[in-house]
Amino acid sequence: MEDDAPVIYGLEFQARALTAQAAETDAIRFLVGTQSLKFDNQIHIIDFDDENNIINKNVLLHQAGEIWNIGASPADKAVLTTCYNKTSDSRVVSCAAVWRMPSDWETGSHESPDDSAHNPQTLELLCHLDDGAHINTACVLWEPMGDGKRVISLADNHALLWDLQESSTQATVSNTATLEGKGQLKFTSGKWSPHHNCSQLATANDTAIRGWDLRTMSQIYCIENAHGQLVRDLDFNPNRQYYLASCGDDCKVKFWDVRNVQEPVKTLEEHSHWVWSVRYNHSHDQLVLTASSDSRLILSNMVSISSEPFGHLVDDEELSEGEENHQEDKGKEPLKDSVVSTYEEHEDSVYAAEWSSADPWLFASLSYDGRLVINRVPRALKYRILL
Amino acid sequence: MDGEEDSGRPRRVHGMLKLYYGINKEGKAAEQAESLDPCDINGAHFDPELFLNKLRRECSLAELMDQETCMVKQIRSLDSDMQTLVYENYNKFISATDTIRKMKNDFKKMEDEMDCLSANMSAITEFSARISGTLQDQHAQITKLSGVHTLLRKLQFLFELPARLNKCLELQAYAQAVRSHRRARCVLQQYSHLPSFKGIQDDCHAIMDKLAQELRQKFRDGGSSAKDLSECVELLLQLDEPAEELCDKFLSHAQSRLESDLQGLEAEIRPYPSASAVKDASAPRLSSTAAAGSPTDNSPKMSTIPSPTSNTDILEFIDRGCNEFVSSLCLVIASYQELFINHAQTGELASKNIPQMANGKLQAFVGDLAARYFSLVERRIQEEKGVGDNSLLVRALDRFHRRLQAVAKLLPGSPVPNQGTEIVIRAATERVKQYLSALQSFYMDSLTDVRQALATPRLSVVSASGGGGGALLGGPASSRDASNSLPELLSSLSASILNQIKSVLASVHLFTAKDIAFSNKPYFKGDFCSQGVRESLVVSFIKFVCQSSRQFCESAGDKGGSTPPALLLLLSRLCLDYETSTISYILTLTDEQFLVQHHSPVTPVTTLCTEAREAAQKLLNHYVKVQGLIISQMLRKSVETRDWVNTIEPRNVRAVMKRVVEDTTSIDVQVGLLYEEGVRKAHSSDSSKRTFSVYSSSRQQARYAASYTPSAPMDTNLLSNIHKLFSERIDIFSSVEFNKVSVITGIIKISLKTFLECVRLRTFGRYGLQQIQVDCHYLQMYLWRFVSDENLVHFLLDEIVGSSAHRCLDPAPMEQSVIEVICERG
Repeated sequence: MEDDAPVIYGLEFQARALTAQAAETDAIRFLVGTQSLKFDNQIHIIDFDDENNIINKNVLLHQAGEIWNIGASPADKAVLTTCYNKTSDSRVVSCAAVWRMPSDWETGSHESPDDSAHNPQTLELLCHLDDGAHINTACVLWEPMGDGKRVISLADNHALLWDLQESSTQATVSNTATLEGKGQLKFTSGKWSPHHNCSQLATANDTAIRGWDLRTMSQIYCIENAHGQLVRDLDFNPNRQYYLASCGDDCKVKFWDVRNVQEPVKTLEEHSHWVWSVRYNHSHDQLVLTASSDSRLILSNMVSISSEPFGHLVDDEELSEGEENHQEDKGKEPLKDSVVSTYEEHEDSVYAAEWSSADPWLFASLSYDGRLVINRVPRALKYRILL
Repeated sequence: MDGEEDSGRPRRVHGMLKLYYGINKEGKAAEQAESLDPCDINGAHFDPELFLNKLRRECSLAELMDQETCMVKQIRSLDSDMQTLVYENYNKFISATDTIRKMKNDFKKMEDEMDCLSANMSAITEFSARISGTLQDQHAQITKLSGVHTLLRKLQFLFELPARLNKCLELQAYAQAVRSHRRARCVLQQYSHLPSFKGIQDDCHAIMDKLAQELRQKFRDGGSSAKDLSECVELLLQLDEPAEELCDKFLSHAQSRLESDLQGLEAEIRPYPSASAVKDASAPRLSSTAAAGSPTDNSPKMSTIPSPTSNTDILEFIDRGCNEFVSSLCLVIASYQELFINHAQTGELASKNIPQMANGKLQAFVGDLAARYFSLVERRIQEEKGVGDNSLLVRALDRFHRRLQAVAKLLPGSPVPNQGTEIVIRAATERVKQYLSALQSFYMDSLTDVRQALATPRLSVVSASGGGGGALLGGPASSRDASNSLPELLSSLSASILNQIKSVLASVHLFTAKDIAFSNKPYFKGDFCSQGVRESLVVSFIKFVCQSSRQFCESAGDKGGSTPPALLLLLSRLCLDYETSTISYILTLTDEQFLVQHHSPVTPVTTLCTEAREAAQKLLNHYVKVQGLIISQMLRKSVETRDWVNTIEPRNVRAVMKRVVEDTTSIDVQVGLLYEEGVRKAHSSDSSKRTFSVYSSSRQQARYAASYTPSAPMDTNLLSNIHKLFSERIDIFSSVEFNKVSVITGIIKISLKTFLECVRLRTFGRYGLQQIQVDCHYLQMYLWRFVSDENLVHFLLDEIVGSSAHRCLDPAPMEQSVIEVICERG
């Protein structure tokens, strides 16, 4: 029983933005946003046919500019947000907007997939997330598992909470939080916590991680010097409300208990360059995916700090024999924190990795050269977790 | 008588006389007689006839006449002589005859007297028999009388006893009283049925009770000397006092005295904050004895923890303990044994199991007191924290241990000596621990010194030599720059650490010195050497060095370089040196000094070496990381803070690039001071120029050209992907080798990768791209020489320029020749 080979998909353009279509729970679908200064940028909708190992793609034009960040609405499959760079008058500005996919984007693709590349449909702009005062939006976060009515945008040193009204065509700032301190502070990344009734937000700026209470828009905790260098990304453990993962330019992935921020609960040092993305599996929080500019993607099994610290006991016979060596080695040990697998399909820096929203055992990663790779959790591990 | 003899044996006597006369009368003739000449008148064979005939024949008348006169003359003289002789002999005969006659008379008289004597003797015998027969009766009577007399005297003694005892009591001659009483006791006991004796006995008892009371009182008062005391006890024992009670009393009495000793000792332990004057006065004396007492301790700068607060040093304390407590204890034990055990064994007390009971009590007593003494000693030893002088402690422990042997001799089977040995062992292990911590703090202090030396390059010589025990002499080179003194700092650091280890080993060695009694204990021969010194001290210290080095990596990792990079480099080299030689040297030294016999498993040298190597590797990696981050930070700031879209046409290389090259060069120099060159791939003498032209004109140009056409994106990706297919994956933060080239390569890799990632996050205008081109060319010109494989630099710079071209709104690359001119202008 061999693991399926990874599926590779190449984009024409360089790309950094990747997300799973959060509202879609049946099809395995990822959204990729491209970066090109010279051509119209695109949003690639990647459908993965699990049974046949085939990728179907659809392309939507995103003419506003190169996409730095993309987010899919948790409620409406067709709605998404992007952060993009716009060049005007020799100035580069980062903007954010809410978009809707054209309703019939799927129709043409099945007949002639080639055709869609030449004559792609365009995204429909719903509204700009622009209050006029703040530019340089770093990222936009949807309310997790919400009704698709609330987003947060991180622009410079402000966190803006938006209410989307009138089918998301209108956005009003309902609340703001401002990061105050010396120098030019700037949010680099953030994550909306799915716990506590979605009332908490974690943000990263420089080497610090801060927690915010969205009801009062005040800071609730701060991890100064969480990383030696810049913090690149954050993720909340979906099952343990106080657990938070972070990664950064010190090549480390750290796991925090926000109730005690003096020391990280755990630190991983597997990457040999900056770590750009860290993602908990939505269902099995021991599985953590990290993407790094050393061109590697690493899947780690953090049993000890997961919600299932004891795992399931598995007999040896149940382990498959055809595993790759390093996987087999890991598989036979009692459940310990370990690197499950290192994926080396990428040739360039991997800036994004995402778990599928439909299949908890499947994930996609995107490298700068436009290569999207879809991989699965090794079967042996999958069965050990399940059985 | 002559007549009788002559008649009886006429022939023989005649012959004898003839012989006699012949010799006497004819002296001359005897010679001639030997010749058988018959004519020789003196000869035996003289024949007068022949002689006469011969004379007549031969001689004339005259001659005959003469002959005749001569002969007559001779005859006449012979006759007179003969007459004289006869007369004399006659006289003698007469006197002999007279004597014999007189003797005959005397004997007769004597016989009479003898008869008379024997008659007298028989008379005497008869008298004597008669007398003894008469005295017989009287003698028997006298014997009887004398027996009665003795009895009467005894009785008198008995009757006088109460009075005598009272008198003794008054005079306090207890011994005599007891002796008297003992003599009378049996008799009184025997005849107690008689009322008079009973009375006496009662009186005696009353008196003796009083006496016992008094003795007990004396015993209890305790003011008396040990001798008095033992006398008391002896008497009381003889008075049939219960031995158990006496034992208890004796011991409790001894205890009170011993306890006062212990209290005296305890008082010394207590710190005297007010008695600072005393302490000050004793301090210099203490240090002077310390200096004199330890010639082996030649450490230049022993880390000194403040000396204990008590006002006497440990040797004095132990001395006092030994002299006061232990010797009194021995005295008590000895007298106790004398009284209750040895004494009792011979006497009637032995039957009552008294020796056993007494022995048990003594053991408990000694055990209890010794435990208290030991706890005091231990407290005192624990106060002994200063590691400056070990000999004092060792001597103190030795004395302590020796004195306990006296107890061991007195009291065989007592656990006390063993407990004492255990204390010594504990003290020794404690000491080893203290030395370890002293070594550790010394090491940390040295590191602080090194840190200061690195931080203040001007003063480096001074502070380094101060910290390193004068190993470093200010050479002309070291005053110039901190980095110049790195090797010297390293050597002084390692030398001072080694010195310190040696001096500590020497101090610890005192524990196993031949003249120290307890060094013969199996513990000090075996475990102390292998487990104590080798494992807990030396091995632990080496491990500590490795661990603390590793901590420099850990702690500094997050905060971004709180440790100066030069220190990391230096420590890395230190650990590497440890791996190659120092560890095995130190361990060999230890094994030799302590003759370590490895009964229990010990840490092998290889394990330590591996650990040291790992630490060295980690430190060097961390050094690379830190240095890389410093340069990265410069590059990142320079990329992030610039507006690349609206920049002006590049006229020169940006200052930050020059700075990067300068820093790399200085790092190169710094590393070169401590690490070897290492191998690099061969390159031509003009490699920078040649490869750069390839890099720039052919491949890179092709990529730029491709970007202009509408189908560009695919081609660009294809080209870059193909390129990547053939180049090896580069691990940015990877392990480096222990050589200069590898280290510098690591740093450059980190810096350029940062540069690349930063460039990818920006958008460039035309001149922005051109500026990057110029900068990269400049880096290319200078950095290739530092790395092991220049293609690596080419590849990364290639990527940077390529990425910035991608991120450029108006990608119009600069002419290669212009770039070169700008770069050469500097």
